[in-house]
Amino acid sequence: MKNNHMPDQAKRPPTAALYITCLANSLRPEIGHACVQLVESLGFKVDVPLDQTCCGQPGYNAGHRDQAIAVAKTQITALQGYDWVVVPSGSCAGMIINHYPRLFDQDTDWLERATRLAARTRELCQFLEEQGWHPGTRPQHRTQHAWAYHTSCSCRRETHSHEQGHRLLLKAGIRLAHLHDQEVCCGFGGTFAAKFDPLSSRMGQKKLAAIEQCSATGVTSADLGCLLQLQSLDRSGLSFCHIAELLAGTNATERQS
Amino acid sequence: MNKHGANGFAAQSQQALDDTALQSALGHAQSGFVKKRAQAIAMVDEFEQLKANAQAAKRQALANLAPLLEQFEQNLIRNGGEVHWAQTPQELNATVMAIARNANGRRIIKGKSMIGEECELNAALESAGFDVVESDLGEYIIQLAKEPPSHIIAPAIHKTRQQVAELFRQYHALGERGLDAISDLVGEARTVLREAFLTADIGITGANVLVAENGSIALVTNEGNGDLSATLPRVHIVVTSIEKVVASMEDASLILEVLARSATGQHMSAYTSFYSGPRQAQDPDGPDQFHVILLDNGRSEMLGTPFEPMLNCIKCGACLNHCPVYTNVGGHAYGWVYPGPMGSVLTPLLQGLDAALPLPNASTFCGRCEEVCPMGIPLPDLLRQLRAQQHEQKREPRRWRWGLTLYSRLSRHPRLFSWNLRLSRAMLRWLPQRAWPNQRTPIRPSGDTTFLEQWRTRAQNGLKNAAQNGPQQGK
Ligand code: SF4
Repeated sequence: MKNNHMPDQAKRPPTAALYITCLANSLRPEIGHACVQLVESLGFKVDVPLDQTCCGQPGYNAGHRDQAIAVAKTQITALQGYDWVVVPSGSCAGMIINHYPRLFDQDTDWLERATRLAARTRELCQFLEEQGWHPGTRPQHRTQHAWAYHTSCSCRRETHSHEQGHRLLLKAGIRLAHLHDQEVCCGFGGTFAAKFDPLSSRMGQKKLAAIEQCSATGVTSADLGCLLQLQSLDRSGLSFCHIAELLAGTNATERQS
Repeated sequence: MNKHGANGFAAQSQQALDDTALQSALGHAQSGFVKKRAQAIAMVDEFEQLKANAQAAKRQALANLAPLLEQFEQNLIRNGGEVHWAQTPQELNATVMAIARNANGRRIIKGKSMIGEECELNAALESAGFDVVESDLGEYIIQLAKEPPSHIIAPAIHKTRQQVAELFRQYHALGERGLDAISDLVGEARTVLREAFLTADIGITGANVLVAENGSIALVTNEGNGDLSATLPRVHIVVTSIEKVVASMEDASLILEVLARSATGQHMSAYTSFYSGPRQAQDPDGPDQFHVILLDNGRSEMLGTPFEPMLNCIKCGACLNHCPVYTNVGGHAYGWVYPGPMGSVLTPLLQGLDAALPLPNASTFCGRCEEVCPMGIPLPDLLRQLRAQQHEQKREPRRWRWGLTLYSRLSRHPRLFSWNLRLSRAMLRWLPQRAWPNQRTPIRPSGDTTFLEQWRTRAQNGLKNAAQNGPQQGK
């Protein structure tokens, strides 16, 4: 398999840090294992820096800029020294790629570090497609589900990698149901879901209605936040599975809400 | 206006979610807007270029705002018109009334104007004894219903057809006229409005663009009511705001190119008219007097601040139509005349941060507004900056302030953070159903511990096992 590794890294295996995201880290650790498997299958030496915490988005989006800067510095430090940083979330990847550099517009040293990190950071699907991922000989997918692929707003508008996700799913032979209104938000929005629960719930219910309409029995997405939002509102026993698990074929135990 | 204004957003949005008539009205209308815009844009190859052109024209105009406004004023005076400056809504309303009284006018016909809404002009005129009739069908409907608009281009979008028929039955002497079809409703409004057009002394309209090079104003409508309001009465008063000026007719046309497509999904609005002064000797029609009132109301203070991009707004409504919050709760929940993403930015800027605390927070930052905005206004970013102002001025609810601060603090200390996550996992595992909001089932963590803990263990075992087992598998 031909990979587009960084040119000067030909001698040793290229390294990739997995930035697991606080949600997956705490609630769905199996996503991390699936990511490691996917990235290793491309010949990378995968590491998971243990000093990573949270990308800082909750504070940043609440307008706590100083705190976001401090949190960003912690992540930038934890993630230095790798050829690539892979993030299984459009939302957190977008934070690192698009917003970290903006946080340091007054601080040239950190701006440079943030910009360098941003250039090496990829949303998982982005990374897999760029590196020519192929399902290869992984065990045939066991699931009978028709999956609705929810293209998260961050993958769509922050990392612009929602189409990559779609193509990877097709490549992996996943049966996809045609979901309408894909560009409409599921209503998660981080703290929005807690601050405006009734509104967030209605938005999620509409998304679930669209999913039922397309006869899908499972929902996948590159953003765990959206999946949890929908799972907490689901009443019809859909399966929810992060795209990393579907691609890696590791979703053996399909969770019900 | 809503009793609690924008600060009542939470309760008002809950009400809106429970209002089945509103939900059905919103559902129908909104999907139409979205589809039509998409089609209109698909029909031009170079929409991105059109957008860039319009944005450039507007950016340049804002950079030269003061000289362009002066040029506009001089040219309009040369055309025989008059320009009036209003710092506040009160000044604008007083100016309208002074002009009307001077001209001995009492009956007023009005075209749709968001500046009129911003100033609550109708209420001011009515309480001063003027007769005001709105001539835009949507505005006419909400005038009968005594409600504020719920959309900046479709003010009565929250009304179902049945509700409109009900209003007409209540207020019109219907006689034999039926109200079953939409065309009946339109016909009914036309019958009543025609009378108002013919008897009005004063016509008031808004403006979409002001053209500095020749002192004219551009007005687009789809019902032609703007033209009748502008040309039939003796006096035409244009109520508008300072940021609408552009340098040339060419620049104005660049803006109109993106306006109709973004707003109603039309190639061009049904009526696009330019007015440049009172009736001249050779003109077949037109008013004897032509006045333009330019409202500031906080706009010039936005210049040179991070919020300046908001002055690029051409009030097309695309951000409302594509907003998942707006399309679920409608405009009234926002508590003031400007709803949706543009309203959530404008209301705190024009009415004060304290008057609209929930609005900047009522967004998932899905980014669709910015994506569809023809003027490229970074609406989510502006909302985030308003949140930052709330934070700096200690205006956010205390539990959020401290909760998020604590979380950020923990995020700077990997060890503490890891303990915190393990604690959260334990809590989530045992948290009873009733601790969750009504409609939600609890989210339970999977696996034995956090991923990082599992990885740490794997790394340790990996070292131990490396000699015997070779490399570990990912699972
Ligand atoms: S902010 Fe943009 S999309 Fe919204 S009304 Fe203004 S110009 Fe239109």
